[in-house]
Amino acid sequence: MLTKKTFLAAFAAGLMMFGAQGALASTEGVELMDAGNDIYSKASLQRGARNFVNYCLGCHSAKYVRWNRVGADLGIPDGELKSLQFTGTAPFDTMQSGMPAESAKRWFGNAPPDMSLLARSRGTDYIYTFLMTFYADDTRPHGVNNLALPGTAMPHVLSGLQGVQKAVMKSHTGEDGKAVSAVEKLEAGDVGTLQPEEYASFVRDTVNFIEYIGEPIQTKRRDLGVWVILFLLVFTGFAYLLKKEYWKDVK
Amino acid sequence: MASTEPNNAAQKGGLSGWINARFPLDKMLREHVTEYYAPKNFNVWYYFGALALFVLVLQLVTGIFLTMNYKPSAADAFGAVEYIMRDVEWGWLIRYLHSTGASAFFIVVYLHMFRALMYGSYKAPRELLWLLGMGIYLVLMAEAFMGYLLPWGNMSFWGAQVIVSLFGTIPVVGDGLVEWIRGDYYISDITLNRFFALHVVALPFVLVGLVVAHILALHEVGSNNPDGVEIKKTKGADGKPLDGIPFHPYYTVKDLFGLGVFLTLFSAIVFFKPDGWGLFLEAPNFEPANPMQTPPHIAPVWYFTPFYAILRAVPSFFGTQIWGVLAMFGAIVMLALMPWLDKSPVKSIRYRGPISKLALGIFVVTFVMLGYLGLKPSTGIYPLLARVFTVIYFAYFLLMPWWSRMDSTKPVPERVTYDAH
Repeated sequence: MLTKKTFLAAFAAGLMMFGAQGALASTEGVELMDAGNDIYSKASLQRGARNFVNYCLGCHSAKYVRWNRVGADLGIPDGELKSLQFTGTAPFDTMQSGMPAESAKRWFGNAPPDMSLLARSRGTDYIYTFLMTFYADDTRPHGVNNLALPGTAMPHVLSGLQGVQKAVMKSHTGEDGKAVSAVEKLEAGDVGTLQPEEYASFVRDTVNFIEYIGEPIQTKRRDLGVWVILFLLVFTGFAYLLKKEYWKDVK
Repeated sequence: MASTEPNNAAQKGGLSGWINARFPLDKMLREHVTEYYAPKNFNVWYYFGALALFVLVLQLVTGIFLTMNYKPSAADAFGAVEYIMRDVEWGWLIRYLHSTGASAFFIVVYLHMFRALMYGSYKAPRELLWLLGMGIYLVLMAEAFMGYLLPWGNMSFWGAQVIVSLFGTIPVVGDGLVEWIRGDYYISDITLNRFFALHVVALPFVLVGLVVAHILALHEVGSNNPDGVEIKKTKGADGKPLDGIPFHPYYTVKDLFGLGVFLTLFSAIVFFKPDGWGLFLEAPNFEPANPMQTPPHIAPVWYFTPFYAILRAVPSFFGTQIWGVLAMFGAIVMLALMPWLDKSPVKSIRYRGPISKLALGIFVVTFVMLGYLGLKPSTGIYPLLARVFTVIYFAYFLLMPWWSRMDSTKPVPERVTYDAH
């Protein structure tokens, strides 16, 4: 009989399709590294906020993010928040960049994108990979290229920390018979002030903060969700008992 | 007519008496709720009509609150959605309920339609009920399409650009028609404003009207059931169907349980996966609309993709691409023609032979596969697969008059099958 079994089979098939879709959703090109950030770690988010303000906000705005919201969510005391806040005056101002958009366009070719939603449009792994894979390339205006975003207009602003990696090239014969050279891997070049694992953790904290500003409510949303679902399970249980009681009469 | 105390409502005292002397409140409640007799053998597939009604109300209510904070202009729309997500009290919840509700609407409607295909609910005397349902489905698609432009993300923009330009394939008037729909030479502030008006005022009106008509038609002809037996044929001495039970309280409490299950799953998405794995809220839509930058891969939202796959599968002939557009709309027309394509003497799949079961199974696989292919780029094996499944999709309907007649049947019982438990 086509009843619950068919329904469950259809439901399972639907879930499998969703799963497959998620697994297939990856960016073309370089294989993305795992950001491995922990959105529940306040300490990491606080470090990320500091990194973001010091290294990103000079050029990139986060125009939907309010300073006081960051302070409240991340547990940063007002005094400390004020020392971070170098743009805007009021605590409820949003995080504007210090650089005028027109100058940015002139200097870099295009205005640096707003960071408010970057984690939602590109994903944390992408941002992490981007910040990890700058390498020296003399053909580029700023002397660096990037594996996650080849031909990026962004200079390696973190080169003082990471140093500048060198690309190990390999060449193979392309489809048209000509030799094509591609980056095989990156290796340490000039050293920066941070050890490689220190730098990775610096980037991880920064990416963590960028994920947080993508959806400031996200941790509270999940915390609340647990209670909502628990309530609904109890409600559904009682609704089932009520249904059974009424349906006793149906012969 | 079925009232046990005929026409004494007017004599009742108090507020109820006063109202009923002036408005048929008790009469309506009797006809549609307490004395609407529904077959007692509904199974799990019969939850989705009530759930669709619930989601409609959810969309209307959350939509009202979104409208209070949204700004329908190309300059402000994207920021207004972020304002709702970040600064409006509980705005994030309202927005996620609405965006998840849109996908949930299509999930329950597709399951509701599949139920009708399984149990022959479109067959006489329910042809008009089915057509009204198809009308709801069409308006729902228009409603969802226009709503999708409102966040003014890059996928909103390019999705609208692609779909609206389909009308450009119509000979002679095509280009003028596209300009008329957009109100501009491209998807612009003007387009956004008119889509907003249609999404929040015009189409919801039509939708609610059609839903009321759908329910009135249902209550006129009576519900079908998994056995495809007309319960009105077997009435007791009191004139009530022997296999029918009053909608209230029996199906109200049953639907309450169904609602609990639905809300649990729905909340799991809203609170833990509101982007629906990138299917309900697509990643490129978190970038503002940018006419200068096409997303790497444009695909409509998942609930349109079966028809989008059909659109892309049909090649152009005689220098025009209108055939794909005709096939896409034809695919929906096919569904509307079901009552006249199906020549089987029995309604329910339970009493049909192996051909019907196989055909329905193939159709479901085809629809799901087309949905999947509509999300994929047109490269490699995908276009060929889309063509194969498009042919199967139309074959299911166009050959139905023959295979539904050829198929063997089992004797349909006089009464519905029901095990009390």
